[in-house]
Order: sequence, then structure tokens, then C-alpha cells
Amino acid sequence: MNRNNILAGVLSLVLLVVFLSVWQMLTTTTTHVAAATSMSPAEVETLTGKGMSGADVEAYSADGLTFDQIDQIAGLGLTRDEINSAGGIQSFGFTTGGAAEEAQTGFPSPTQVWREASEQIFNPFYDRGPNDKGIGIQLQYSLMRVMTGFVLAIIVAVPLGFLVGMSPLWNAAINPYVQVLKPISPLAWLPVALFLIKDSEQASIFVIFICSIWPMLINTAFGVANVKEDWLNIAKTLELSRMKTAFRVILPAAAPTILTGMRISIGIAWLVIVAAEMVIGGVGIGYYVWNEWNGLNLASMIFAIVVIGVVGLILDFALGQALRLIEYKE
Amino acid sequence: MSMDKDPFDPNVDLWNECSERGADENDPPRSVADVLKAPEQVERENNAFLSKRAQGFSSQDPGATMYRALESSLLHSIFKTDVNRRKFLKGVGAATAASVIGSMVPFEALASMAKDAMSNIEKKDLTIGFVPITCATPIIAGHALGFYDKYGLNVDIIKTAGWAVARDKCMNGEYDASHLLAPMPAAMSMGLGSASQDWRMVTNVNTNGQAIVLANKHKDKQDPKDWKGFKFAVPFEYSMHNLLLRLYVAEHGIDPDKDIQIRVVPPPEMVANLRAENVDGYLAPDPFNQRAVYDGVGFIHKLTKEIWDQHPCCCFGISQKFIDENPNTFIVLLTAILDATYTAEMADQRERFAESMAPTNYLNQPEAVLKQILTGVYPDGLGNIKKVPDRISFMPYPTQSMGTWILSQLRRWDYIKSDVDYKSISDQIFLSAETEKNMKDMAAANSDLEWKDIPEVKYPVYDVYGKTYNPDAIQDYITSFDITRVQ
Repeated sequence: MNRNNILAGVLSLVLLVVFLSVWQMLTTTTTHVAAATSMSPAEVETLTGKGMSGADVEAYSADGLTFDQIDQIAGLGLTRDEINSAGGIQSFGFTTGGAAEEAQTGFPSPTQVWREASEQIFNPFYDRGPNDKGIGIQLQYSLMRVMTGFVLAIIVAVPLGFLVGMSPLWNAAINPYVQVLKPISPLAWLPVALFLIKDSEQASIFVIFICSIWPMLINTAFGVANVKEDWLNIAKTLELSRMKTAFRVILPAAAPTILTGMRISIGIAWLVIVAAEMVIGGVGIGYYVWNEWNGLNLASMIFAIVVIGVVGLILDFALGQALRLIEYKE
Repeated sequence: MSMDKDPFDPNVDLWNECSERGADENDPPRSVADVLKAPEQVERENNAFLSKRAQGFSSQDPGATMYRALESSLLHSIFKTDVNRRKFLKGVGAATAASVIGSMVPFEALASMAKDAMSNIEKKDLTIGFVPITCATPIIAGHALGFYDKYGLNVDIIKTAGWAVARDKCMNGEYDASHLLAPMPAAMSMGLGSASQDWRMVTNVNTNGQAIVLANKHKDKQDPKDWKGFKFAVPFEYSMHNLLLRLYVAEHGIDPDKDIQIRVVPPPEMVANLRAENVDGYLAPDPFNQRAVYDGVGFIHKLTKEIWDQHPCCCFGISQKFIDENPNTFIVLLTAILDATYTAEMADQRERFAESMAPTNYLNQPEAVLKQILTGVYPDGLGNIKKVPDRISFMPYPTQSMGTWILSQLRRWDYIKSDVDYKSISDQIFLSAETEKNMKDMAAANSDLEWKDIPEVKYPVYDVYGKTYNPDAIQDYITSFDITRVQ
């Protein structure tokens, strides 16, 4: 068992290294040095005749601009200063090896992602205004929302699930509604919530609540309904009150199933918050992804995706540990 | 510092445009007034008038600042170019011009209102929403460069993910004011596509500044007639983008509802969609037009300036409720926005504004892209370098004609289901009318105040893509198109 674990760990690491090196290989581009164009003396004369200095002609051709392009610049009467205050000729995409070239190659390499990530990781709590906060603060907001929505869902789902589970009649009556409401996407709830609640913060919490309530409700009802008949009979022979039966027999018996429901729910809640925050904006990990998308910064987005995955893992792990505590053997 | 330029000074350039600076220096003024007055006499009078104005001016004075911003934008709507303005001022004289303009809009009264308002701000901490596009330059750079602070306001500007959310957050009261699309206050007030709540368009935050971008594979399809079956994206249904795209393709015989598909895509997703070939093109706000060129996925087919020069686009919207409850705050906020708008228009400020908006907290874009947009010196994606300084302009004065034009197009495409009184709706929603009412109320309370009527320029006639739009004959205009949903 133990040896197997170590082996699995090594294998995971190998997979990661292979994945990263393939990625790095595919995205590494050799940076070209600007291929200078050469101008014939006649062409240079045409350009200087239009009022461009010889030095400028040389500089543009060294940057790889064709005669036609330099001719346009001369024709428009653009000075070197004007080009520079428009971001510089390097950013115009005519030359090779400039900033534009880097933007055009598209997908970032792992080293680029790491460069972006390290800025965030080593300074996670900076605050440069309402629209630019560190990843730590963003996570804090998202987790707060998830926890609020999740706890509210527990408060509603567990007692309701208990009632439903104890009565087959109610179970059958409520089941169709649960089945209809369960598959609705958070993005469909959001506009409705925003309209009804009239507050984007509460609307996003509501969406988490409404999406994470169903697995808990279903699991609680199932757990309660499937407590062993024998145990209930024993409770009856001991003449336990209904309340005592519920809390001393049914609850401990159904607890693992209920907690499994919670584990599914927290996973869903974490999925939902990212989607909700991308639409609503403000602060939060979803907003962070959206904001980086807005600037088309793939490197930062990849970093955020990894962070979302890791936090999801931690949440799941925490509930998994709780589950182990209350599990019992028959 | 930006306010040092007096719009009535015939010797300075004000607007970021293609005028040949100083070209008219040796040009003899050719106006009629020139015959009446000797140039030396005009110059003497001008100098006296200007120095008098300069004495009374302080750039720290919010009233004076607003005064200048409004004057400048009104002069622009009359003269269009610096060359014309300077010729006129040199010929007729600045004093005469000022009194003519003054008879149209009571600037001085507005200025004194702003001064009073600053000492009585009801609400200092404000939250203003913006969608991260260069249209919102006055709102964003207003924050980055401290224009709100200057007027004693403590403003948080919050990035909004899209127009529908912006609208909902406005209606929920989460924003005190917001960057909105010009048609949105009208749509919100009329309850088109949402519940109805009274919102007002206060000023234009920008004019021009949009473009039609096509994917690189369509480089050989520069004629809209070849666009049948294309999929286009626009940022919102109730947007100038949608209306201008519809107008443009319809003028080329393409029915925007049948021959092409127009879908709503939030601006930041547009470049990604173009790259993925989900759409063939879009009519969108910058930076996403220039960004498509920068990323090498598309080219700029046409600037919207070429469809309607100085068309409205985005506005500064505020609810009637806020105005009623915080009249002083409103005036001060308006002044701060006007100040930022006025400054953003100046050629020598464009680079600074572009730099200030690049950080993550604001537009989150490469500085170079923003500089290309704001200075108007840019590559078009087809290998050309272009110089269009008024590719985006910041002209704050919303005329009622802009409002009725928007309504006319909403009616043309059947967003408004029946004929309405376009002028009275526009009067309600565009703030020039609101300001007029405020002023009348003030005059009733104070007999020393005398307002001159706001006037003829209320409904200027525009040339929109080669066709005259006369607000006095809106119904005729709507039915004059070959492709229209109104019979």
C-alpha cells in the first residue's frame, strides 16, 4: 500500500515534468532580430525629398520597414516624436522581434506563466484600487461568498432533507421539483437573482446557495431514508422518543451520506463562484480571470486557472478529512 | 494647466484633428465682417477681450473650468475645425463671437452654479461604473489623473463586465452614476429590455472612437456587398454600434436582419471570437479594434467617424433620483467630468491620458495600443500607417438631434414598436433640457438672475453617411430608407 503511494507520487511528478517540457518546447519561439531592409539611393532621396531626415530613413529601414511604409510615414508628415508618442514603431507590427511579434505568437510558455505567477505569489495582498487587488484578496472575497452561500444551503438543505427522507410521501412529492431545479446553470439564475435581489453581492451568494443546495438535499433525504430497518426497530423496542431516534440513531447513521452530499456541493459552489464573478465583476477570483481575459493576458489566466484548481482541491480535501472522522464500520 | 487655452483665442489650437496648424496664418480672413472692420482693429479688440477673460480665469475654479469645456464643445459643434474657428474669431472678433454663443447657452449661470455647489456637496463618496473601453477615457483618466479629487469628490470607479450588468447595477442603486452607451438612458427610461427607471444622459464622454474590424481572411472583401452570410458582433443591442452597423450595411443594400447575423458579444470577448472565427467581424469600441491589429487577427475596415463624423457613442448617465436628491453633488460631478473630457480632447494631453489608463486597475491593456488609439497614429492591419487624430474625440455637448437620431433608428429597426413623439422623449432624457429646467427654477427663486433662452442649436441638422438628417422631419427620415421596418 505504502509503496504503491510512493510510486503513484513519482509517476505524477514524471507526468508533470513531461507535460511542462512539451508545453515549453511548443511555445518557445526564437526571437528574430529585426531584418534590416536596404534602400537604394534613389529611394532614400525620394524620402528625404519629402522632408524626412536621412537619420530617420536609416532608423526605419534598420527596424525592417519597407520603402512603401516609410514613404507613408513621410507622406503623412509624421515626425519621429509623433511615432514615439503613438507607442513607437516597434508596436506597429511591421517589424520582426518587437512587442507585437511577441503578442502575435499567442500562447505563453510555462516560463512566461511563472513570471506572471511569481509576481502574484510573492505579493498576494497588494491593493492598487478597487479593480486591481492581489490574488490573496481576490480569493478571500470568493471564499467568503462561497462559505456564506454554502452555510445557508446547509441550514436549509439538511433539515429539509431530513423531513423529506423520513416521509416517503413527501419524498415523492418534492422529487420532481428537485430534479427540475438541479440542472439549472448558475449563469441562468444570475440575471433573475440580480433583478429580484437588486444587489450583486447578495445575488452571487444566492446563486451559490441555489446551486449547492440540491446535492445536499438529495443526499440527506437518501441517507435518512436508508437507515437500517433493524436499528430503527431497536430504537422502537427501547421506546426512544421520535426526537431521540432522529438525533441519536438516524443522524449518526446518515451522517456519512450527508457529508458526501456536502462534499459534492462545495465542489459545485466553487465552480459556480468563478462563473458568477466573471459576470458580476467587482472583486473575486472570477473577476480576476475576467479582467485578465479583458487584457488578453493568457499567462495570468493560466495562473488563475491553476489557483482555482488548487483551492478546489483543498476544499474537497478538507471535507474528505471530515468525512473520515465520522465514518463508521458496521 | 490644461485649462490655459481659451477657446475664444484665435491663436491657439484646441482640438485633436487634422487641421494644418498655422496654415492660415498668412491667409487673409475672408468673412463678411472683415469688410466692416480692419484686421488691426479686430486684433486690438480681441486682445483686450482675451486679457479680460484671462484675468477672471483660474484653472482651480470649477465654474470657470466647466464654462470653458462647454464653450469649447459648443464652438466645435458650430465650426467643426480649428481652422474655421480661428478664421471666424480673427474676422468677426472674439467678443462678438462670445456674445453670440452666450445668447445660446447661459454659460455664466452654469459657472456660478458650480461654484455654489462645491460648498454644499450632499454626498462626497461616490461609486461610478465603467466598462473597460477607451470611450470611458474621461471617467477613467478622471480618476487616474485626479480630476475628481480636484473638485472635492471621493470617487471609486468600478469595472463592469458588460452593458447588461452595468444597467442592472445602475438600476439596483449600486452605482451613483455610470458610463453608459448613448442609447441606454433612453432605453432604460422607456423600459426597453428592462424595467423602466428614469435615467438621464448627462454628457457625451466621447464621440467617434469605434470601428468596423474584419478578420484577416476577409482582406479581399472590402465592399460590404460581399458580406452576405457574415456574422457580426456588437457590444449591446441598444448601442450606437448596432445602429451604425445596421445603417452602414443597409446603405450598401445588405439587410441587417436577413443577410447578415448580428450578435451581442461583450467587448473583451470580441478579439478571442474573431481569432476563433466565431465571427467574421465586429463594430466595436476601442481598444478592441486596435487590439485585433496588434494581435494580428484582424484589420480596421472603417472608422465610424467615416460613417458619421462626431457621432455620439458613450455617455455619462445618472438617475433622475440622484439629481433630485443631490443637486449640488450632481453639478460638481458634472463639472469634474466635463473638465476631464475637455482636457482629454487636447492633442498634447493624449499621450499622458493613454499612459494613465494602461494599468490593471483601469483598462489593463498594453500602453502602445492605447497610445495608437488616442494619438490617432496607428497601423490599420493592412500594412498601412494612418494618421487620424480625431479617430476618437471627446466632445461633451449632447445635442437633442443626437437623441432623436437614436430614437429614429430604434424605430426604424422596430425596437420601438410604434411612432412616438421623438422630440419630447429626447427632451426628457438628454440633459440639456434638464439643465434648462433647473435654471428656470433658479430664476424663479432669484429675480436678479436672468436667463437667455437656449435656442436654435438645440436641434442641429446632421449629415449621416451622406444623407441629411433633419430632426424636424423625423418620420420622413425613417421612411426614406430603402431598408426599413416602418412602412
